[in-house]
Amino acid sequence: MCRLATVIVVTSGKGGVGKTTTSASFATGLAQRGYRTVVIDFDVGLRNLDLIMGCERRVVYDFINVINNEANLNQALIRDKHVENLYILPASQTRDKDALTKDGVERVLGELKQSFEYIVCDSPAGIERGALMALYFADEALVVTNPEVSSVRDSDRILGILASRSRRAEQGDSPVKEHLVLARYAPERAHRGDMLSVEDVLEILGIPLLGVIPESSTVLQSSNAGVPVILEESSDAGAAYGDLVERFLGKELPQRFVTTQKKGFLKRLFGGS
Amino acid sequence: MGLFDYFRPPSSSKSAALAKERLQIIVAHERGDRRNSPDYLPTLKKELLEVVRKYVPIDQSQIKVHLDREGGYEILELNITLPEERLSSR
Repeated sequence: MCRLATVIVVTSGKGGVGKTTTSASFATGLAQRGYRTVVIDFDVGLRNLDLIMGCERRVVYDFINVINNEANLNQALIRDKHVENLYILPASQTRDKDALTKDGVERVLGELKQSFEYIVCDSPAGIERGALMALYFADEALVVTNPEVSSVRDSDRILGILASRSRRAEQGDSPVKEHLVLARYAPERAHRGDMLSVEDVLEILGIPLLGVIPESSTVLQSSNAGVPVILEESSDAGAAYGDLVERFLGKELPQRFVTTQKKGFLKRLFGGS
Repeated sequence: MGLFDYFRPPSSSKSAALAKERLQIIVAHERGDRRNSPDYLPTLKKELLEVVRKYVPIDQSQIKVHLDREGGYEILELNITLPEERLSSR
């Protein structure tokens, strides 16, 4: 491999904001565009990435088995059934997060770097060991935030941890590159003044915006089916993730799902969104 | 939006503005705490590591430097873990 692999953590502090949904779609999008990609579930004890990616019945060995040398990477990596170039490294469901040792994680990431271009680390919620290990080796971070007070505050906290407790911070290297992913956004509610707007969140957190993912029923439908929502290209959320991946890879695209659509007279009269 | 909303003036309760104001205050406060740690700490840690390494082989993770503020004074806490085999060989 001629270029060095990039490690990207998907993190948020708060739970339930869309980290795993984002990890699954982001990794799928990178792989769709031809990059050899692996996505790792760091949520030891509460694994869910396998369900969102639809490979839960193919898990034999996991990340902790590899760390403990009970299995090698080839045995533990699951090849994605939807796109080429994508592999999943599931978390252990039976161990606890203490099984994630810094040396162990470093060794596994080192091995993955030999054969992958992008390594996506799906962080657990919180700021405990699992979350710290997921972000420690990161080169870049997708900070997933909802337009809601507790989520924004927790994201700010995570940004502080990225800036002080990542390996890049400890070793005095260039800082982890931060990207904001604003998920579950409802433009019409923001327009009405009932929800923090994109601009509000950007002003508070002060990091560059990578993508706005609109609130969409397709996200739940996709997780029901075990298909990353980015593959539902005709849906708003799927298209928004597609754009997000393109922007991450350097393309300049306008945000598509941040303004309210004009409703026709009848729709306004009789309701419906 | 239903039939009745159509005849009603736009909502005047701008709760998002309140959310933004509250967030700006709390986030500024919490960042203040966080950034109180002086910026010489990483360099201090690095130089300490170099000095200790002249005598004992330790790595980055075995040295912890922490600064606490309590009331009117500051506590600089240094914690260096020496490798076990080094101790037992004496």
